[in-house]
Amino acid sequence: MTEISSFLVQSMAILGGLGLAVGIMLIVASRKFKVETNPLVEEIIEVLPGGNCGACGFAGCADFAERVVNDDAPINGCPVGGFDVAKEIGGILGQEVTGEGEARYPFVRCNGGLNCVNRFEYDGIEDCKAVMMLSDGEKGCNYGCMGRGTCVRACPFDAISIGEDGLPHVNKNLCTSCGLCIAACPNDILVFAKESEKVHVRCVSHDKGKAVKEVCTVGCIGCKLCEKNCPEGAIKVTDFLAVIDQDKCTGCGICVEVCPQNTIEMR
Amino acid sequence: MVEKALFAIFMEGVFIKNFLLIQFLGLCSFVGVTKDFKSAAGMSGAVIFVMAMAATASYIVYNYILVPAGMEFLDLISFIVVIAALVQLVEFVVRKNVPALYRSLGIYLPLITTNCAVLGVVLLNVLSEYGFVQSVVFGISAGIGYTIVMLMMASIRERSTFVNIPSSIRGLPQAFFISTMLSMAFVNYFWVIPI
Repeated sequence: MTEISSFLVQSMAILGGLGLAVGIMLIVASRKFKVETNPLVEEIIEVLPGGNCGACGFAGCADFAERVVNDDAPINGCPVGGFDVAKEIGGILGQEVTGEGEARYPFVRCNGGLNCVNRFEYDGIEDCKAVMMLSDGEKGCNYGCMGRGTCVRACPFDAISIGEDGLPHVNKNLCTSCGLCIAACPNDILVFAKESEKVHVRCVSHDKGKAVKEVCTVGCIGCKLCEKNCPEGAIKVTDFLAVIDQDKCTGCGICVEVCPQNTIEMR
Repeated sequence: MVEKALFAIFMEGVFIKNFLLIQFLGLCSFVGVTKDFKSAAGMSGAVIFVMAMAATASYIVYNYILVPAGMEFLDLISFIVVIAALVQLVEFVVRKNVPALYRSLGIYLPLITTNCAVLGVVLLNVLSEYGFVQSVVFGISAGIGYTIVMLMMASIRERSTFVNIPSSIRGLPQAFFISTMLSMAFVNYFWVIPI
């Protein structure tokens, strides 16, 4: 009996001693390698969205928070959080935030998709950049959307999908306006558009009217009908492409009606 | 202590008893961290360090504390304590000196604690009755073997993301295919050749 109990005590002493030694070593190490953190950083991490998407240009939300505190990044640097988060960060740091608070979402500036003629059959890597490398893509139009989903894969929030029309569609409930899809698109099809901007030209082709008509049924042919009919003078056709000045546009919709190609769209 | 050339132990640790592809230990990090090359390299570095340190520390604990007290049966639990402490130590050091690596490794750094490959090294050292130098060499070589396979896997997976394959195989199933083929290569080339 005593033998067993002494055996028990001995093994407990060894394990306990080992644990104690290791614990003391860890305490010493944690003191020595202590990382000084600013309490403000923790507070800012709390208000950030926490998606770690990297759209701000830094390695995740924690890194952004640290840089904001050190003045290496602007207060409104988080495109996902937008104005609201910028205001909260400003409150923590005691700085005023000015700027617009309206939400912006990526807008697809091409309505080609299946309306656009293919020049050849592409059977390679499913990626817009790869398609573009093969004589500017399979589409007849060199400016348009390739529809191979580079933006879909760039989106960390699964907010974009390629629809049945062969064009990307943005799900506004999931979109955080981080802008990674806009950066990823090799043809600059996607741009930020505010919700209040109702009228948009869904084409980016600078080709002449005839060339556009040959390959696409919905492309801008540069006929200038919209420019002539706009009561506000908000539309200007340059290089065979209509461009709407959103500051002047009132959303009357006359251009949408006169456009022979149905290129201009009202949301 | 057994008589065995250090080179033989080294080759055994790297190839013949490769922890990932022959013994199938530490597979969670093998599939989890090999999505990109950089974090695979960081993880491998941490594992080499932890394995070498664990082999050293556990040799001391086993031969100078457990064996004299006749408590060899406590080896498993005391090794776990030693490894957990070491990983914690590595985490402190990495966090202080390489914060970028700390962030990219994320949860996998603390997970080395439960990485069975590290415990495997230590237990195999005891089982094979290696001496001090032999233990340390086996620890380092096991880490190098882990690194080689991790880097191979990471480079293949990075490139194979562009392969045009059915979407049902994409991702994890693809990783399993790749690891199967890698494992067959290792078994065929190194298991059949006696040193």
